[in-house]
Amino acid sequence: MSTRMFGARIERNIDPKLLRGEGAFVDDIPLSDALHVAFLRSPHARARINAIDTAAAKAHPGVVAVYTCDDIGALDVEMPLLIPHPSMTNPQTQRPLARGDVHYVGQTVAMVVAVDRYTAEDAAAMIEVDYAPLAVEMDMIRALQDGAPRVHASIPNNLAAHFVQSSGDPDGAFAAAEHVTRITVQVDRSTAAPMECRAVAARWEAVTGELTVWDGTQAPISVRGGLASVFGIDEDKVRVIAPDVGGGFGQKVLLFYPDELLVPMAAMQLGRPVKYIEDRRENFIGSSQERTQIHTIELAALKSGEVIGLRDFFLHDTGAFIPYGIAVAQVASTSIAGPYRIPNILVEFKAVYTPTVQVTPYRGCGRPQACFAIERAMDQLAQELGLDRFEIRRRNLIADNQFPYAREGLLFADGLKVTLDSGQYGKALAMAAAELGAESFAAAQAKALSEGRYLGLGLACYVEGTGLGPYEGGHVKIHPITGKVYVNTGLSTQGQGHDTVFAQIVADQLGVSPQDVIVVEGDTKAFDWGVATFASRAAVVSGNAIHKTAVTVRKKVLQAAANMLDVDIDSIELRDSAAWVKGSNRFVPLAAIATASNPLRYAFNKAAQAATQFAPASKHDGPPLAEGEAPGLEATDYYSPSQSTWAYGVHAAVVEVDPGLCTVKIRKYVCIHDCGNMINPMLVEGQVMGGIAQGIGGALYEHLDYQADGNLANASLMDFLVPYATEIPDVSILHLETPSPLNPLGVKGVGEAGCIAVGAVVASGVEDALRPFGALKFHQVPLSPTMIADALERAGH
Amino acid sequence: MTRPMKQAGSARSGDAQVDVELTVNGEAIRRSVSVRMLLSDFLRHELGLTGTHVGCEHGVCGCCTVLIDGKPGRSCLTLAVQANGYSIRTIESVAAADGTLHPVQQAFKECHGLQCGYCTPGMVMNVLGRFEEEGPLDLSDDGIRELLSGNLCRCTGYLNIVAAVRRAAELLGRS
Amino acid sequence: MKPSIFGYEAPTSLEDAIRLLAGDTDAVVLAGGQTLLPAMNFRAANPSLLVDIQHIQGLRGIAVGADGIVVKAMVRHREFELDQDVLCANPLVAEVIQHVAHVPIRTRGTVVGSLCHADPSAEIPLLLVLLGGSVIAQGPSGTREIAAEDFFQSFLTTARSHDEIVIEARFPLLPRRAGWAFDEVTRRHGDYAVVGVGCVVSLDGSGCAERVRLAACGIADRPIRLKDAEAILTGTALGISDLDAAAEASVAAVTQPDDINVSQSYRRRALGALIRRMVVKAAQRAGSAQHAESVA
Ligand SMILES: Cc1cc2nc3c(=O)[nH]c(=O)nc-3n(C[C@H](O)[C@H](O)[C@H](O)COP(=O)(O)OP(=O)(O)OC[C@H]3O[C@@H](n4cnc5c(N)ncnc54)[C@H](O)[C@@H]3O)c2cc1C
Ligand code: FES
Ligand code: FES
Repeated sequence: MSTRMFGARIERNIDPKLLRGEGAFVDDIPLSDALHVAFLRSPHARARINAIDTAAAKAHPGVVAVYTCDDIGALDVEMPLLIPHPSMTNPQTQRPLARGDVHYVGQTVAMVVAVDRYTAEDAAAMIEVDYAPLAVEMDMIRALQDGAPRVHASIPNNLAAHFVQSSGDPDGAFAAAEHVTRITVQVDRSTAAPMECRAVAARWEAVTGELTVWDGTQAPISVRGGLASVFGIDEDKVRVIAPDVGGGFGQKVLLFYPDELLVPMAAMQLGRPVKYIEDRRENFIGSSQERTQIHTIELAALKSGEVIGLRDFFLHDTGAFIPYGIAVAQVASTSIAGPYRIPNILVEFKAVYTPTVQVTPYRGCGRPQACFAIERAMDQLAQELGLDRFEIRRRNLIADNQFPYAREGLLFADGLKVTLDSGQYGKALAMAAAELGAESFAAAQAKALSEGRYLGLGLACYVEGTGLGPYEGGHVKIHPITGKVYVNTGLSTQGQGHDTVFAQIVADQLGVSPQDVIVVEGDTKAFDWGVATFASRAAVVSGNAIHKTAVTVRKKVLQAAANMLDVDIDSIELRDSAAWVKGSNRFVPLAAIATASNPLRYAFNKAAQAATQFAPASKHDGPPLAEGEAPGLEATDYYSPSQSTWAYGVHAAVVEVDPGLCTVKIRKYVCIHDCGNMINPMLVEGQVMGGIAQGIGGALYEHLDYQADGNLANASLMDFLVPYATEIPDVSILHLETPSPLNPLGVKGVGEAGCIAVGAVVASGVEDALRPFGALKFHQVPLSPTMIADALERAGH
Repeated sequence: MTRPMKQAGSARSGDAQVDVELTVNGEAIRRSVSVRMLLSDFLRHELGLTGTHVGCEHGVCGCCTVLIDGKPGRSCLTLAVQANGYSIRTIESVAAADGTLHPVQQAFKECHGLQCGYCTPGMVMNVLGRFEEEGPLDLSDDGIRELLSGNLCRCTGYLNIVAAVRRAAELLGRS
Repeated sequence: MKPSIFGYEAPTSLEDAIRLLAGDTDAVVLAGGQTLLPAMNFRAANPSLLVDIQHIQGLRGIAVGADGIVVKAMVRHREFELDQDVLCANPLVAEVIQHVAHVPIRTRGTVVGSLCHADPSAEIPLLLVLLGGSVIAQGPSGTREIAAEDFFQSFLTTARSHDEIVIEARFPLLPRRAGWAFDEVTRRHGDYAVVGVGCVVSLDGSGCAERVRLAACGIADRPIRLKDAEAILTGTALGISDLDAAAEASVAAVTQPDDINVSQSYRRRALGALIRRMVVKAAQRAGSAQHAESVA
């Protein structure tokens, strides 16, 4: 086992099971006699509920229970404010079932439990609710004005939060500027649309008093803690399992969704397992969304193109509730200067309540908006100063020797100062130019134009603070019978391939093959310390925790093997699941070492004979287990990052615009990215490519279309346009590996990276392609054919 | 709240039941089901074949794709009663009995053509159906993307799935 | 998203099926189900009775004859698309059908079902209108032939009465030496057309357009012939100014208002662009057909 597994392109351990259809997603778990839930959801964006009549629904054959807010006892309270922050005044969170008012279309009003989902839906439709509809205002700017219809009666101007941060001396910078450019840009509402919608199932064992909940969540341990607290049960009596989960992208990290409380409640009350399988329509109207922000950004520049100051003011749509606090807006505001030095920064935002489903992080979490703002502004500045778009960026990038680069005064979402830890920004930009063929692009563009084809070059840089605290843990144990290594951590996977990368980390320390490392996560019975999967943090936080733990186990193995083989620790090497005396063919298998490390009384197998206290090999003077020692080859450890580690990248593309049909085709797409040391480049590329595809969705296709009355006009995959393979181009992904100095593995997160820059790249490219028609501006994504047609029309074409 | 408050009654739905007879993965099946039961629910919850996934129930995502009389089709847009007399193949029938992956599955594994794996069974069934269809296959990049269109994947960005189809063609000796 | 309760019958004779329909005003025909079932899963359609026509004798098969292509009610899109005789007799069919949804939908959805559903953005209704085809409907009082332009009446509405079943559709062949073209804009591959345009052109000996047929979908409450444009183009050499005039004359045909996908003015622009491109493409094909014939 001399080849290093860290850094290798290893196929995934989990794949055969998923490929054979043997995955176990929540709705796949057999729960005999289970009951099924359907919700009645509000058809109004704002209304007062005068009365609810459930009589017909209750009488419907097959219905077991119908709940309204009056029937859920202690659960009829506002759900938690997960991330408090002083910038919020009177933050609002939702009740599991509406009491009094409804605040968005899709809000849960009543819950039906029936023998099957078909019947439950029938009964939900029979519930009669007398609503008195109220006025709504969907536009954030108007919603902030005095007298605007309110999302919450108690909150004037719909202002959810107001926050200002500054770094350096922005006023001074603007006073000293030789050129100021100003631009207003908008990124629209979108949603994660994981292929598996959310799902919760619960079983209550009255005899043992144990509650088991299967939840397609990104945060099983946090959900467990929350449930225990809500139901007043001992944490050890609540087991939350996030089994296989069909994508999450942030949407599955909120706690609680109403169903996460009500399904366990119903299971406990009804004495039968209960299941709620969210359908696609509900996912569109009931599960978290993100993205709408309107930024007005100003850059103070010198004639050389050096940007000396930045002011950004933006409105952030937080939906009807703000359970996740200001996290999304705060990430946007602290990512606003991107990879540029820009020493003087003022960022201010207002978070606005709108009568829509709550906004919580969706892959990217505010970064795509910030990137769109700064990168579109950089393009405009380049244009105004007559500089090439690569050049202006080159002149502003943080240089390699300036790291760590701190932005004094800007606090990131972890409450810590923004400090970019390492990178080779200039090199990444140069690689992007080279890979795209930027040098020869002007010629290609001119040639295409002579054939009536409109090509444009788009470009954007991004940074991503990843690997937030507080901490995660790792548990590593070598199994005495099989010699296989069991690894646990507290967060959970939604397809990222944790089981394989964690296995690679452990394999290197213990000299086993990654296939012999069995990773179990997402089950509070297996490991119950930790936080959740979010903010591109699994590899950084759990990865390093597992690494530290594996190093400890390695030491134990070496010590035990040295005893057994009667040699120095230094002459032992670990490979092929065994400890070898270097340069000889003497070895002991890991299984035997694990067995021998556990002083036994009963010799239940051959290896165990060697471990009993009467065995010839058991040579010791004191007790079988020395003071301070633990049996077996096992350890648990934790990693808590001192701050976020910052990944970054440069994306560039050649796009072609058809001015007749106003369609955009991406002809070439290049991504240079750096997430520090890569544990498995194949999986890194998978994460990046998946992110880019979501970014393309956000740049050209995916737009939640809220009507003036607050109804979502495209609550289906037929109308909310998640791209198929036909819409996504080939992408060339190139890596840079600048280790993070912040953690032992030198890794940075990569989960969200891909999606951040795409909107800016595409808009930049479309603008460039249509330059022959005049200086058309594209300051909003997704960029639709209608927007292109309108721009052309305004320019007289 | 921690005590069960009442034992739920043994209520049944009011749906009329009809008999269906069909072949699933080579096995003759006879069941009594509600007329409105979707084939996807029938496969998953009546037969326990949970490898067929459900992502939208309106025909767009392709997660529920199975082979219906040999051709890829949506099990969410087919009623179990409509499938009377049909022969259905699901993902569970694709690998060998000992678990050895079919070349199409193998190709997905080699090319990292799946992440969460939720779309995967539908993808595999669609690709398999197209490989088993008579006539030429367009294995150009555009051709493969066209073949895959109709199946959404939210995780991979498709690049590796396109590669997997090309690799599967290689493993199956198709060109 | 599960359908509400309904009755289900799977008759084996047309007469039984018609009787079932006639006996229940909320009964509907179930063919491939690729339109009906999504609507039912959303509970946007809640029929009382589904009359599944798949087991009825005589509703299968495609016949290609001298006077056209007859497509029976249970013929799936995919069969129509892959039929070699159809491909020879009328290559426009395959060109159009490739744009209908995706293969796993086309293996189940029927050609006639698409006509009966009469979505104004759908491609097959456009094809029938463009070619001047017809459908045969059978009801309690016998069968009747309904010409395409009479059949499609408005949004999701046809001339078929509730108790009639469309037993077949008739697609004429292309005129000899005609050129053809179809293309559409969609936001996403396989979606219904935002705008689609089909064109059939025959040239005279001098290369001028002897006969032009143009039809569009996605722009109004039904697929429509673009007769003004046809009139403008007929007899011309299909030069740029002719094409511009034809596009200009079609602007008013766009009555579909702004929707979640695109604006009305976008549709007008795209319609013009597609008319220009489809006419040129069809004319080129007509030209090479003529050339091939004169060489032979
Ligand atoms: C994801 C998706 C994408 C799609 N994309 C497109 C697209 O791009 N373009 C497009 O054109 N279509 C599209 N479709 C629809 C598809 O083409 C349908 O197959 C077709 O419209 C209807 O055919 P069907 O046999 O499935 O009809 P069904 O769903 O069975 O019936 C449709 C309607 O027609 C009636 N009907 C059917 N047959 C008869 C008959 N013989 N006599 C009387 N009434 C009858 C039914 O009562 C019903 O009202 C799409 C469907 C899906 C699910
Ligand atoms: S579940 Fe059938 S296509 Fe989405
Ligand atoms: S692998 Fe997750 S949806 Fe495709």
